[in-house]
Amino acid sequence: MEKKKESGKGLSGPIALREEILKKYPRKVAKKRARSVIVNDPEAVPEILANVRTVPGIITQRGCTYAGCKGVVLGPTRDIVNITHGPIGCGFYSWLTRRNQTKPAEGEENFMTYSFSTDMQEENIVFGGETRLKNAIREAYENFKPAAISIFSTCPVGLIGDDIHAIAREMKKELGINIFGFSCEGYRGVSQSAGHHIANNGIFTHVVGTDDKERLGKFQVNLLGEYNIGGDAFEIERLFEEVGLTLISTFSGNSTVKSFAASHTADLNMVMCYRSINYIAEMMEEKYGIPWVKVNFIGADATAKSLRKIAEYFGDKKLSAKVEEVIAREFGKVEKVIAELKPKLEGKLAMMFVGGSRAHHYQELFKEIGVNTVSAGYEFAHRDDYEGRDVLPSIKIDADTRNIENLNVTKDEKRYRSDLAKKKEGLEKAGYQFKNYGGMMADMPKNSLVIDDINHWETEKLIEYYKPDVFCAGIKEKYVVQKYGIPLKQLHSYDYGGPYAAFEGAINFFREMERMLNTRIWKLVDAPWKNEPEIVGSITIEN
Amino acid sequence: MLLRHTNSDIKERKALTVNPAKTCQPIGAMYVALGIHGCLPHSHGSQGCCAYHRSTLTRHFKEPVMAATSSFTEGASVFGGQSNLMQSIDNIFAIYEPEIIAVHSTCLSETIGDDLGQIVAKAREDGKVPPGRHVIQASTPSYTGSHVTGYANMLEGVVKYFAESANEKIRQVNLLSGWVEPSDIREFKRLLKLMKVSPVILPDTSDVLDAPMTGKYDMYPKGGTTIPDMVSMGDSMVSLGLGEWGTKKAAVALDNKCKVKFEITDIPIGLKATDRFIQALSKAGLVSIPESITDERGRLLDVITDMHQYLYGKRVAVWGDPDNIIPLIEFLVDIDMKPVYIVSGTPGKRFDKRMSEILSERVPEAKFKNGANADMFLMHQWIKEEAVDLLIGNTYGKYIARDENIPFVRMGFPIVDRIGHSYFPTVGYLGGIRILEKILGAMMDKIDSTCPEESFELVM
Repeated sequence: MEKKKESGKGLSGPIALREEILKKYPRKVAKKRARSVIVNDPEAVPEILANVRTVPGIITQRGCTYAGCKGVVLGPTRDIVNITHGPIGCGFYSWLTRRNQTKPAEGEENFMTYSFSTDMQEENIVFGGETRLKNAIREAYENFKPAAISIFSTCPVGLIGDDIHAIAREMKKELGINIFGFSCEGYRGVSQSAGHHIANNGIFTHVVGTDDKERLGKFQVNLLGEYNIGGDAFEIERLFEEVGLTLISTFSGNSTVKSFAASHTADLNMVMCYRSINYIAEMMEEKYGIPWVKVNFIGADATAKSLRKIAEYFGDKKLSAKVEEVIAREFGKVEKVIAELKPKLEGKLAMMFVGGSRAHHYQELFKEIGVNTVSAGYEFAHRDDYEGRDVLPSIKIDADTRNIENLNVTKDEKRYRSDLAKKKEGLEKAGYQFKNYGGMMADMPKNSLVIDDINHWETEKLIEYYKPDVFCAGIKEKYVVQKYGIPLKQLHSYDYGGPYAAFEGAINFFREMERMLNTRIWKLVDAPWKNEPEIVGSITIEN
Repeated sequence: MLLRHTNSDIKERKALTVNPAKTCQPIGAMYVALGIHGCLPHSHGSQGCCAYHRSTLTRHFKEPVMAATSSFTEGASVFGGQSNLMQSIDNIFAIYEPEIIAVHSTCLSETIGDDLGQIVAKAREDGKVPPGRHVIQASTPSYTGSHVTGYANMLEGVVKYFAESANEKIRQVNLLSGWVEPSDIREFKRLLKLMKVSPVILPDTSDVLDAPMTGKYDMYPKGGTTIPDMVSMGDSMVSLGLGEWGTKKAAVALDNKCKVKFEITDIPIGLKATDRFIQALSKAGLVSIPESITDERGRLLDVITDMHQYLYGKRVAVWGDPDNIIPLIEFLVDIDMKPVYIVSGTPGKRFDKRMSEILSERVPEAKFKNGANADMFLMHQWIKEEAVDLLIGNTYGKYIARDENIPFVRMGFPIVDRIGHSYFPTVGYLGGIRILEKILGAMMDKIDSTCPEESFELVM
């Protein structure tokens, strides 16, 4: 094994490293990647090229539109039968592989443990798959009697022209349950991100606002963009319940379609993963007048800040007092663990390349325990995730983005919450920020390296240069990085650990980092005889 | 309950697959390519296919799995993927420097009619393939067959491209290894050495998907079948294909191209399939069977007879791929268990015939089904009708195992929640002992944890 801290590889700094990385590429590729590999300056955040096509042949982390739609956004909802319309693979690979925990009551529906597919065959590709899809929906209804069924198109479906939306309408009429489709063919966008948008559009059109439920509590909220990996949402739910917030729905961790249907009755939308769900937040504000704020429950500080922000919005003394009480109590526990572990972890180096928000959120958590992030980037983000929402007007809309429908949403005169709009206006005057997201780069140190859609070659070079103590990414990267003797923490699946959200989650994460960064197992990699001279044996076995 | 909507009320389905016992072709093509030295698999389709296949293989082996993708977007899907593949070939050779790129298609590129052979030929003409480097291809449409079909198609593509005949026979045997683990490949090598048969094993995933931790990452690990070995396959004495579904196409292709005669035998799982494998090797290599192998066989028999009382009459449900479960079912019948429910999502008419031959006399009550709608939901419904004592199959069985409280042995693909499969073989006589150890361990653990205290046994 190479010795630690012999980092640098003779390069003078991140600018030289960037040059070294780009040098290997064919000219056109280098030109494109140069705009996505950026040396950061938090004071004057530079422009980064993001949400553009991956160059063919590049070993990318990215997945497809179907994965973003079916896998990420709709996957965690338990009371709906999600039928994948296509050959068997897509339905198979998205079957239970994302760790979205869910807790149905006894007797309540839960279809998340099932994979439903039309398993299209050659004759369906040639002659069309519409009849097969209709029969599949009928068979799903006959066997499972769900209250809702959705259809997800895979690549060939769009090409052969099956009209899944017409079929959804027809079957909705025939079976009398809610049925809707998503045209989320894998090739629709440049990454999973397109699928998120398509999922947002579909849920908003077909589900949100279909149940005008009576009020359940004084402070009604939705949590958007929290997918309950490893039980994160359970932690947050527990906090909300204690301080007295009524959670109408979460999009979409531990969720039900029933809860989405009443989500327009909330007084506030809290956006956690901005990238995957900001569309619904925006549309709900336009149609129903529900304001949204960016929150983050990864990190104890971030959790406290977010709770205070919610309390400030409602402006209720009792709520604020309860929030402060909970923060004080939980902070005490977290601080004790930080005091214990920080001396062991302080000054270590981390890098993270994942998702559309986690690569930002987890930097806060690392900071609390004294670990510095030297390089980071997203897998499927857009420029606003890096540079903040201020750049939105200047983002060029390219052909790939235009491919994804932007719904034309109008005010629902009957159900529009003028009271909330007014409340928002007043709070804004007092300096309260809505729709606020400043992006990752403003929070990262000067000269850190920010890389969008990192690929295998760049990963190798980064590791050689920085020799980080921990690398955060996903399953495809995990064992590559670990072969170098560097532990990798999966921030998609949490390596089957967690929860890491809120206060208890922070403690779990710090303990996990202690395990990963203080183990001596990596020191055992070299055999004791590695540096000994070779002995030429004289008592050898003759073959 | 995890699978709370499954009940014994079986309704015939024609269109809906629920909890599949198969996946799609390209992942099999990728698996074959990983067993070739210095080879980078390439997925010609959307990014998601490549990401899904790499993730699944990585979870199964807990090892790096590298592959590139043509990253189709809407434009490529409408106008054809030729330009994406040409760019890919350029970029892959420049950046990742493999010796071989193994391109497979996807349902997307097949539906739009991309002809891989024609595109790759054009890449060669245009000088995009550097001297001494290779691009091979296989058509693997996801809407026919299963992952096993994709394995067979890529294996055929490899031998068609590489095997050459110099018209001078080499004293070696081609072993087309079938969809097995790196551990199984190592066991084949050990057995072949004992038999003194010199093989070319294709694919060879040992030292690729069980690479050691060294503190250094090798994009192309030391394992995998090499180009000279693959070329020499055209002059081998004979080809031995393990498993009809996975290897017959390649064996036939070798015969057609280089006149290498072949024999297809089962993957040597269990007693009789290993007997046939050893005999086939003996015949192919013109060698006698050494006593040490006969001793191994005897040890397997010894364990079976020692533990027979725990096996006799026990009802088993099995799911997986035909080449792997046919010899397994035969073994279960040989040890007097009753494989009563069997499903495989992989189509193929021979499955019924083989199952009937193995089961009709000894387990006439067995239900088996393969191909369309032969899924784990159906198998679970059968179990709801009448329970079983043991489950054998891939990781997805754990949901049934927990709901029904049935001992569960993981075999097949993928196994994403336990280790061992890539290190300890299930082929050969010793592999048979390992299967028995796992079966007995699972069933006896249940006895130990559920039997009345007064009948708790120290010695079993």
